[in-house]
Amino acid sequence: MGEPGPALVERIKAKNETWVEDYKNALDELTIVTPRDAISELCAFLKSDCGYDLLADLCGADRGPEEDPRFEVNYHLFSTQHFGRLRVKVLLNEDDPHVRSVENVWRTANWHERETFDLFGVIFDGHSDLRRILLPSDFDGHALRKDYPLRGYEPYSMN
Amino acid sequence: MGLENTLFESLPDVVTVKLDAVVNWARKSSLWPATFGLACCAIEMMNTVSSRNDLSRFGAETFRASPRQADVMIVSGRVSRKMAPVLRRIYDQMPEPKWVISMGACATSGGVFDNYAIVQGVDKIVPVDIYVPGCPPRPEMLVHAITMLQDKIMKESVKDRRDTFEAESRESIVPGTLPVTEGTALERETEIELAQNQTSRPYTIPSRHERRRSS
Repeated sequence: MGEPGPALVERIKAKNETWVEDYKNALDELTIVTPRDAISELCAFLKSDCGYDLLADLCGADRGPEEDPRFEVNYHLFSTQHFGRLRVKVLLNEDDPHVRSVENVWRTANWHERETFDLFGVIFDGHSDLRRILLPSDFDGHALRKDYPLRGYEPYSMN
Repeated sequence: MGLENTLFESLPDVVTVKLDAVVNWARKSSLWPATFGLACCAIEMMNTVSSRNDLSRFGAETFRASPRQADVMIVSGRVSRKMAPVLRRIYDQMPEPKWVISMGACATSGGVFDNYAIVQGVDKIVPVDIYVPGCPPRPEMLVHAITMLQDKIMKESVKDRRDTFEAESRESIVPGTLPVTEGTALERETEIELAQNQTSRPYTIPSRHERRRSS
């Protein structure tokens, strides 16, 4: 019911050709890869014009230090109007993990982006209060990166 | 009724006794634990005070939500690094005399959580009197720990002070609290301001970043 398909991709492309870098429609799940500069505008468009009014989740992913692009930021959207789900994905390089904040679109993105910054080190430009949210404020490094040692850096390893 | 009457009739009017014995007897007979459940061990701790195991048989059933009214802290569960300063503060808020029971493998040694997030033993933060092994310990083991603590209390003296213990625990490794992440410019400003204004840092040793800053 209401699952989006290539029609939605066409609709987005009609609005702005550059917003869709790539897309995949697998298992009735639509994933759109978008350039990082466009994420804020795309999300605003999806919310206002396509009915995706709920940001169900915003999370990061580390593909590994050897991968390029290394980081993903995933936006899981849900529509309370037509009950469709949509995944938007932004790919980031390790050297420059910056992406525009979508806090001005969904206010709930504030804490989600803080969590992603905390655990992956992705910087959200335009975020109002980008601090650590889960780890202690003096924590060194970003714990969910693949190259982060399990016991942490010194002096955190208490052996 | 009958027992007390018989007892009083058989006793003289005045009894001389060591002060320590009386005070310790009073202390051990009404241990008030602080409610400090941290993880799954807390479920067993709750079970310990429930009717089946009934910790009130040993005078320790009154769990207090305020550390000001408690004198035993049962650390039941893993202590995360972020919880460590909070735990220490709650310990400091408890009035003397106070005791600590480290309940379970995680509180005692970090348990299976040998990682960046968990303090490897609560004795790095507070002085511990009784360690209870188990994952989680059965309620009977916690009852046993309480009775062991009562035995320990009977051997103490009212002249004993705990300052030496506190000094020891403060020298041990505890995570610092200063933010050193890539934050906003405002955050860095406030961080520097805080560091300049701060003269003493109780309960923490300087972290790597603070040492680097001061050198």
